[in-house]
Amino acid sequence: MNTLNELKCTFPARSENESFARTMVCAFASQLDPTVEDLADLRTAVSEAVTNSIVHAYRGQPAGLIAITVRLLPDSVIYIRISDRGCGIADIAQAMTPLYSTAPAEERAGLGFTVMQSFTDKLNVTSRPGRGTTVIMRKKMQHGTEQETDDRG
Amino acid sequence: MVELKQEPQKLTAFLSGELDHHHAKEIREAIDFAVREQYPPVLVLDFRQVTFMDSSGIGLILGRSRLLEEYGGTLEIHNPPAHIRKVLRISGADRLAVIRNSVRKERPKPAEDTPKIPKLDIAELKPPQTDAEQKGMESDYEYAQ
Repeated sequence: MNTLNELKCTFPARSENESFARTMVCAFASQLDPTVEDLADLRTAVSEAVTNSIVHAYRGQPAGLIAITVRLLPDSVIYIRISDRGCGIADIAQAMTPLYSTAPAEERAGLGFTVMQSFTDKLNVTSRPGRGTTVIMRKKMQHGTEQETDDRG
Repeated sequence: MVELKQEPQKLTAFLSGELDHHHAKEIREAIDFAVREQYPPVLVLDFRQVTFMDSSGIGLILGRSRLLEEYGGTLEIHNPPAHIRKVLRISGADRLAVIRNSVRKERPKPAEDTPKIPKLDIAELKPPQTDAEQKGMESDYEYAQ
């Protein structure tokens, strides 16, 4: 993998860090001058992965750590690796089923992985129960050199 | 953040800032408190000032939709910005509530050159088959579009 640039960061699994994590990844991706739409997609996908680690992997225990690696690859591809050392996922296919959630009482919609799939080009989830979960996403960013037309649709 | 406006037949929740897991609980509690005080026939969630929303916002919409169903109220979603409409669309939440845009904007040009995200129907979505079961404790899943 020909990495052109890289950022690594580790932070505790506190919910106030959800905003920090997605903002940090988007700040890194901004060097590509991407479209507002692609940046919004990336921001949302990162938020879902980090929230999963906080809500599910560590079950709200802020002592756990979340590690993020962001890489800039050739052809304007952003690679994001988000990993935790939480409880892990025994059945990944089930966890990825839209609307499936183990935390319905907290009003989790069960759509985190669905959003990650929809808003990135490639999603890879690896997990070992008791050891942790790693989510890798890749997204090719379009350049936002033209006039932004974010409000249509 | 949420500001509530109570009218005789309607409760409007003006949401603002970032609607993520961290902020959702506080918003949910404020809205539900006001709903249970008034049981409004219509609950409006106004997204005009929301700068970010992930699936936590969908959870908020689903939960309020259920609460209003308990007594036959109607849920309306007003003024979702473009990136929020996208999250609503892929979740299917746009079918749970009436969506209204009171601020109309001129479209600058036809949207043909914009990569469109496919509309997914939650009812039809199935996770692709994986060999996770065969691999036992450790499973690996790859999804590519």
